[in-house]
Amino acid sequence: MKAKKLGELAKTIRSKNAGVNKITFDIIFRDRATYEAVKLSRAITRASMAALYGIGQERISDFVEYDPGLAIKFTIFRRAPSGSAGDGDIFGAQQYAPLLDVPVMLRTTHP
Amino acid sequence: MPSLKIICPNGHLGFAPLRIESFRAGVRARPDYIAADSGSDDVGPVPLGSDSSTSPEAWQRHDLEHMLLAARELGVPMIIGSAGDTGSNSRVDLYVGIIKELARKHGLSPFEIGYFYSEVDPAFIRRKMREGGSVAGLDGYADLTEAELDATDRIVAVAGVQPYLKLLHAGVDVIIGGRSSDAAVFAAPALHHGYSADHAYYLGKVLECASFCAEPYGGKETVMGEISHEDVRVTAMHPEQRCTIASVAGHAMYERSNPYEEFFAGGKLDMRECHYEQVSEKTTRITGSRFLPSERITVKLEGSGKVGERYIGLCGIRDPYTIANVDRVIDWARDKVRERFGDEGYELHYTVYGRDGVMGELEPLRGQLGHELCILVQGVAPSAGMAEEVALTGLRQMFYARLPDVKGTAGSVSFPLDEVVRASAAYRWTLNHTIAVDDIFDLFEVHRTQA
Repeated sequence: MKAKKLGELAKTIRSKNAGVNKITFDIIFRDRATYEAVKLSRAITRASMAALYGIGQERISDFVEYDPGLAIKFTIFRRAPSGSAGDGDIFGAQQYAPLLDVPVMLRTTHP
Repeated sequence: MPSLKIICPNGHLGFAPLRIESFRAGVRARPDYIAADSGSDDVGPVPLGSDSSTSPEAWQRHDLEHMLLAARELGVPMIIGSAGDTGSNSRVDLYVGIIKELARKHGLSPFEIGYFYSEVDPAFIRRKMREGGSVAGLDGYADLTEAELDATDRIVAVAGVQPYLKLLHAGVDVIIGGRSSDAAVFAAPALHHGYSADHAYYLGKVLECASFCAEPYGGKETVMGEISHEDVRVTAMHPEQRCTIASVAGHAMYERSNPYEEFFAGGKLDMRECHYEQVSEKTTRITGSRFLPSERITVKLEGSGKVGERYIGLCGIRDPYTIANVDRVIDWARDKVRERFGDEGYELHYTVYGRDGVMGELEPLRGQLGHELCILVQGVAPSAGMAEEVALTGLRQMFYARLPDVKGTAGSVSFPLDEVVRASAAYRWTLNHTIAVDDIFDLFEVHRTQA
């Protein structure tokens, strides 16, 4: 087993509004092998994402392993709808950063 | 015709100008339509509530001018959805006016403009509610109450393909739409020419954000979609961009909580069985999408309500001890505002950059403060005078925060400006709901005019 950071493994890691009351996170991989390996590692699950962002699992509205897009995707409810006074990220575009450093334990083929 | 080609130069017309090189390449490919959506609820509730656009008119005019001249040159229709970010009536009128001005400026031969309104009179919603119809909340919103309706300044309904089809049947040359589903501006012409809803809605889905369905990443570049009776094909027009299986499949999940389905007024697009195939370097072919019509038409409503006038101020902190105690500094200033204005009737917000300014409560590294902080202070109140005083007290009193062990006793924060500045009034999303209607044209009023 060896650990890599999610930011090294993924092609794209992004966040964006999905409607006015949700932010959706996309983790997209270059190739199927990496995508399958990350899925297998269980590093990205509903529970681990709730823990990373310090929220209850009920705040995660959707969690999808999206095979056609080689992507893992989850969506959270906002604390307040986008653009409410005090909201620091109206587009929800900079909420992905903590994902970059998530450690992923990959099963190596040569133990 | 065996296939229909539509180019899309911009995923949000007006938000940043379209890029000319790939647009011209798209025009050279001789599309049958030129279309773009101009709206988004991403821009927050201020533009809808205050009935404004979020970008300068010059940027909107830039895109409309390029698109109109190309469409008239090719002799093909041009379609714009969600005029001016919000698709409110004033934005539709603005765009219709710009098109007429451009026609005069360039001496274009006469043509016909079709347009429709999306604003909904709150009295219409109230009547529906009192007749027992529910206005159902989406994404965590409760069903609408009359109190929330009272707090709403402006409502738009999100059109599907229906008003576009009506105008296309009438044979207009340019369509300016009120608030619409992004995909409708592309799906409607495909349906108008007899292509299946299964493919037409997918065509709309893939074209709505222009080059966001291509790679490498780059916005505001033109892409071309082509629909036939067998499939949908999408091609990047920028010399450096390609539409790949990954970029196209990846786009289906962009800005959506679920990558497999998308809802419209009148049904939903199911993308579970989509198949993607690279047919040439820049083109991906898509088959297998399904449109499932709904029994009854439900339409999404967006509403925004004013919270109050707003002033903002900024300050910085460099003293490490003050940084470590930034919440005490903020609490001190909050107390001073409370002493002056009480606990209620205003909002006072602090955004601490260098700690959790971007992510707020979601920030896992909230404990790792930067070596300097910037703090944005927002005061929101019923009158501009009160908002100014709330913001200024909330800012100025940070200077006087009494920390027990501070060495620098001449002032706790730095000020880049002496004053607080008036910002846009604060609004909030009041409606994020759906309403069922028997006749969709109760919500969308269609018109025609000459240019």
